[in-house]
Amino acid sequence: MSVKKELTCVRCPNGCTITVELDENGKILVDAEGKLAIGKEVACKMGDEWAKQEIENPMRTIASSIPVENGDSLMVSVRTDRPIPLAKIFAVMDEIRKKTLKAPIVINDVIIANPAGCDTDIIATRDVAKAG
Amino acid sequence: MSDKKTIPTIQRDVVVIGGGPAGLAAAIAVKEAGCDDVLLVERDRVLGGILNQCIHDGFGLHIFKEALSGPEYAARYIKQFREKNIDVMENAIVLSLTKDRVVEVSTRGKLQYIQAKAVILAMGCRERTRGAISIPGHRPSGVFTAGAAQCLMNLENIMVGKSVCVLGSGDIGLIMARRMTLEGAKVQAVFELLPYSSGLPRNIQQCLNDYDIPLFLSTTVTDIAGRSGRLEGVKVAQVDENRAPIASTERFVPCDTLLLSVGLIPENELTRQAGADMDPITGGAIVDDTFMTSVPGIFSCGNVLHVHDLVDWVSVESEQAGKFAAAYAKEGYKAAANRIQVKPGDGIRYTLPQSVSGEDDFILSMRVTEPGRNRRVVVKNGDKIIRKKEVRLHPAEMIRIKVGKDVASGGNAMEVSVE
Repeated sequence: MSVKKELTCVRCPNGCTITVELDENGKILVDAEGKLAIGKEVACKMGDEWAKQEIENPMRTIASSIPVENGDSLMVSVRTDRPIPLAKIFAVMDEIRKKTLKAPIVINDVIIANPAGCDTDIIATRDVAKAG
Repeated sequence: MSDKKTIPTIQRDVVVIGGGPAGLAAAIAVKEAGCDDVLLVERDRVLGGILNQCIHDGFGLHIFKEALSGPEYAARYIKQFREKNIDVMENAIVLSLTKDRVVEVSTRGKLQYIQAKAVILAMGCRERTRGAISIPGHRPSGVFTAGAAQCLMNLENIMVGKSVCVLGSGDIGLIMARRMTLEGAKVQAVFELLPYSSGLPRNIQQCLNDYDIPLFLSTTVTDIAGRSGRLEGVKVAQVDENRAPIASTERFVPCDTLLLSVGLIPENELTRQAGADMDPITGGAIVDDTFMTSVPGIFSCGNVLHVHDLVDWVSVESEQAGKFAAAYAKEGYKAAANRIQVKPGDGIRYTLPQSVSGEDDFILSMRVTEPGRNRRVVVKNGDKIIRKKEVRLHPAEMIRIKVGKDVASGGNAMEVSVE
């Protein structure tokens, strides 16, 4: 017995509803061309790929802020530069929360490489100059 | 007013009030349109506005084709702004604006009066507070608007609480429910007065569902408890179809923090002072398709005009306002030969601009009154249907439809409705 499942795509603000069909083992059903068996409401080409990923291993991006010593701002905002597995988010946050940084920091600086063993870097998303 | 005339007045072609996404894009567009004498006035010490505290990603997908965080999106515009050597006054607040476009600016130790040929209003919006929705009860600490909590956590390194309830399912509330969860707080629930969420569907998924945070629709906070000084909990109840709480459903939820995400108010004190006609639905000025208000030479764009859900459209709209303001500064007032009123019809809460000349293509922005699928938005010019678009309807999502001048000209009234 297959079951239908509605997913909300999080790749962009459109937030398309993608309906997928899963077999009895929870595997996503695709047609001969590898496309989703159902789910034609998707606005873009990335929907199919995203839905498969979402069923197998949902991926998310996260953002946070890290305190900065001696900066012209108290904190620097950071984010993952590629999505990480949803299940790893708290492990990655644990590493981010241990950090304190020193100014100067430049946008796109790698703050933590491969946190919690994930294939992503935590990058700065703003400049913080030395307090002056 | 007479004493003001004794103070030296500076002359400027275009003054932009506000240095957030709207003001930045508008000022850049003014300069690109060939008007060099443009000044931007910003009350904060840095440019970028609210984007600086919106550290989550998802900005810029339309304009830059990538998912940037708020500070990165702002940085792209600030870079262009700096490269164009546009004059800016930071830490400067505009105290008043007259219909003749005299801008009163206060900076540390100095008060200046600037006579502008054109003014662009780009002051953004602020959050509705507990007072605006009249929640009864004690007045303890621990009750924050979602954006204030976002500022404290993301910019000031202050964790606002450990056990959290959120009232209102607007995007900032959803984003903050996730943010506080990531920082180790327990978010008990999100309560929404309406029978549907007022946030984007993707935020329901990635901010609530991902973390098993329940969303209770048709539910509101009826009392705030915290005689000791800190919030101890809230009473919540389901509401009936008239949004009145149902007493028998009332229950107590212990928490030390309540975040309010109950809507945004365009910050239009200056607009009113200048005497611009206002739209009671958007809370912003009434504008034509050049984004000019009813006061000649005063333009409005971004969240001060109508609250947007995507910053990309703020930038696009503000570029237009900048372009038209530059032309006004150069050429002065040119009345359009024709003025076609655009009115919201069935299922449409508001449309913007509220009138068009019909001489140019324009983008019609609108919000619908309720969610729906497989419906169409129909634009009529007089009795003639000039545009039909199939869209997913959700009050949280602004709909934008391009209307060509070929079908917009002629007639004297347009109506937009859902069918």
